[in-house]
Amino acid sequence: MFEQHLLVLPIVLPLIAAPICILLMKSHLAWVFATIISGLSFFISVDLLFATLEQGVLNYAVGGWESPWGIELRIDAASAIVLSVVTGISTLVLVYAKESIAKEIDSSRHTLFYSAHLLCLTGLSGILITGDAFNLFVFLEISSLSTYTLVSLASDKRCLTAAFRYLVMGTIGATFILIGVGMMYMKTGTLNMLDLANRIAEYDGNRTINTGLAFILVGVSIKLALFPLHMWLPPAYTHAPSAVSAFLASTATKVAVYVMIRFIFTIYGAEYVFFTMDMDIILMVLAIVAIFKCSFMATVQSNIKTVLAYSSVAQIGYMILGISLVSSTGLMAGLLHVFNHALMKGALFMAVGAVFYRIGSVDIKAFQGLGKQMPLTMAAFAIAGLSIIGVPLTAGFVSKWYLVTAAIEQQHWIVAFLVLIGSLLAVVYIGRILEAAYFKKPSELTEGKTIKEAPILMLIPMWILVIANIYFGIDTSLSVTAADTAAQWLTQSIPEPFVSIPSVVTEETIK
Amino acid sequence: MAVFIDLMLLGMLAITALRVIFLKDLFAVVMLFGIYSFLSALIFVNLDAVDVAFTEAAVGAGISTVLMLGTLALTGRKEKTNNHKSWLPLLVVVATGAALIYGTLDMPPFGDPNNPAQQHVAPRYIQDSPQEVGLPNMVTSVLASYRGFDTLGETAVVFAAAIGVFSLLGLPKRDRAAIESGLKSHLVLRVVAKLIIPLILLFALYVQFHGDYGPGGGFQAGVIAAAAIILYALVFGLPLATHVLQPSLLKVLAALGVLIYAGTGVVSLFLGGNFLDYNVLASDPIAGQHLGIIIIELGVGITVFAAMLAIFYAFAGQAERKNIP
Repeated sequence: MFEQHLLVLPIVLPLIAAPICILLMKSHLAWVFATIISGLSFFISVDLLFATLEQGVLNYAVGGWESPWGIELRIDAASAIVLSVVTGISTLVLVYAKESIAKEIDSSRHTLFYSAHLLCLTGLSGILITGDAFNLFVFLEISSLSTYTLVSLASDKRCLTAAFRYLVMGTIGATFILIGVGMMYMKTGTLNMLDLANRIAEYDGNRTINTGLAFILVGVSIKLALFPLHMWLPPAYTHAPSAVSAFLASTATKVAVYVMIRFIFTIYGAEYVFFTMDMDIILMVLAIVAIFKCSFMATVQSNIKTVLAYSSVAQIGYMILGISLVSSTGLMAGLLHVFNHALMKGALFMAVGAVFYRIGSVDIKAFQGLGKQMPLTMAAFAIAGLSIIGVPLTAGFVSKWYLVTAAIEQQHWIVAFLVLIGSLLAVVYIGRILEAAYFKKPSELTEGKTIKEAPILMLIPMWILVIANIYFGIDTSLSVTAADTAAQWLTQSIPEPFVSIPSVVTEETIK
Repeated sequence: MAVFIDLMLLGMLAITALRVIFLKDLFAVVMLFGIYSFLSALIFVNLDAVDVAFTEAAVGAGISTVLMLGTLALTGRKEKTNNHKSWLPLLVVVATGAALIYGTLDMPPFGDPNNPAQQHVAPRYIQDSPQEVGLPNMVTSVLASYRGFDTLGETAVVFAAAIGVFSLLGLPKRDRAAIESGLKSHLVLRVVAKLIIPLILLFALYVQFHGDYGPGGGFQAGVIAAAAIILYALVFGLPLATHVLQPSLLKVLAALGVLIYAGTGVVSLFLGGNFLDYNVLASDPIAGQHLGIIIIELGVGITVFAAMLAIFYAFAGQAERKNIP
């Protein structure tokens, strides 16, 4: 009976589960419950992904009110891909979290952790599924508030400063988005995304609409940590609990990239943003600077979580670069990288968390000689690291390949060349760590001690992601088809709303 | 006349804001924030947005002032002198301000009935909501029914904030030795508080259940009810207040409110409607809408009440711990 309501479930399930986690009181129960709920959301998301690939867009009228009066949920291939990533990573991270947070979070706060995690999942799923610009802001707030909480849960006190910095920057970002949505509403009288798209298209070069776009783009850029608005990200990912870093690095910024795509392509229209406002050049320059500056920063850090955090900012650069190429191949490469990067970064942060679990440090010195002592963890790190570099037969290669193809297609030879050079920097920062792990003698931190391999509950989710990295590097049919369909759909000119959209939820199916 | 009042209020708002920036005494800043909220509430009244004004007065001027004072009790009331002059933030702020002014250049004329915001979705809310939802207060119709999903989200935001405060500060223990705190020695305060607290609670209930007909609803009611208990805690001391309303109970209540709201949506799924479709809750759609809105407003009220009070408890508990030698 729930088939026609599938769209609302990835939001409602974790939303109901979050308060129940608080009521369960016991850490163990909350863990089992949260993992099951998250897993259920993942299966629904995958189901929705296949449904969107077959049937196109699905929509759902919350409260039974038709849009634009009520709030419409809408999911197309782009949202379904990111939704599957978010719910999938969330499930794996929750499996991983049991052992990891036992070490890193005070036991009285475990139920709060699971509750905040589920709230964050609610927010992220809501952002991805909603078809309403203000509703998107509400879910953004849910995910942001719970994210600040998650970062601040670590026992290392420096996480508090990091969380506070994140909170200040995140709030500025959210406020900017709200101002932008307000300006759009002022000129259009609607909040529904498709309705907005149609009504904005009627204006040509309106200053209020342009300012709204500027505020939204800056706000979203803070949220997705686009250079130079990324300063909150490295401390937040460094000092957060490992499970939180793994979850946020592979989901939160990806969802923000999705929001940017949604506002540019669905609401304002690519033609308007890129040809009238020339945003593509700004985005391209910032993306390339991000790739080089932050990859370079990653090569000089000694804290491995900071290395990975800077690498994340650089990788976000690749995604934005894909968007800024203004072609469906470029957009597809960007989306593909959103998917693939989630797989790599999730695995890398999980591996680092496993090292912290055994050694209590994430300094590069702690990694020395670990290749022998924690072979499975370090092998996972190595394979995911190769994927970040973009070595063939890994997922990272596929997205870089399409990115270079898209750049060459648009005759941006220099951009294509720079993408390849950027990968060399990744060789340096990943190579340093692998060198320490496999070719250096144990440092004073680990010398003479026998270090055991990470617990099985941490290894399983880590290796699922590693295997996914290899699988999606070899068999690209699913990921590439999905990203391609999404990009085709987004780059089409604005569809006529409320008439020609194929929908599964009609009055007939309900009755 | 209305424009003149608006300009006056806006001018006072600007003066208050400037004063906030330059004052070093944080206690005075908190008071000015309260004034700022009251001024905004007045502007909202002048714009005929009484529901928004009510919320602004209750939340902005009421509870957030108390919470900020609670923070000051922990941090001290003097701002740290900052000799580090930095031009970049100023530049960013000026650029943002300039962008905002630029954005107003093509803004629709103020208060014009032909504005897009008045012409597109609003007419249906105004004309059809009395038949479709059946409530005299169409603001409640919009926020609880047409856009009920947003309000569910906002309730979750309040809950998320409470989770954040629980995890950062923790809640005070109930059975800690009852130390002398509060202002019990002040006879006048004690008598007045005893008189006024039941009235505040009654008013909260009125606001809670009268939201369908006039300004009000769960958000305001929750905050007002929390304010009553906060007043009790301030006068009679935190230990007594935590005896009346246990911190662990608040945690349960905060979760319960969200469950009531989301649960209503799930019930409508099982009764064959879409999520949060109240029409199916009763045999008559209007009765269903009524029932649904009353239940979800109750959920909002419970969560807001519990979250606000729990946040106060958390701050006050920290402050008491700090004051015990």
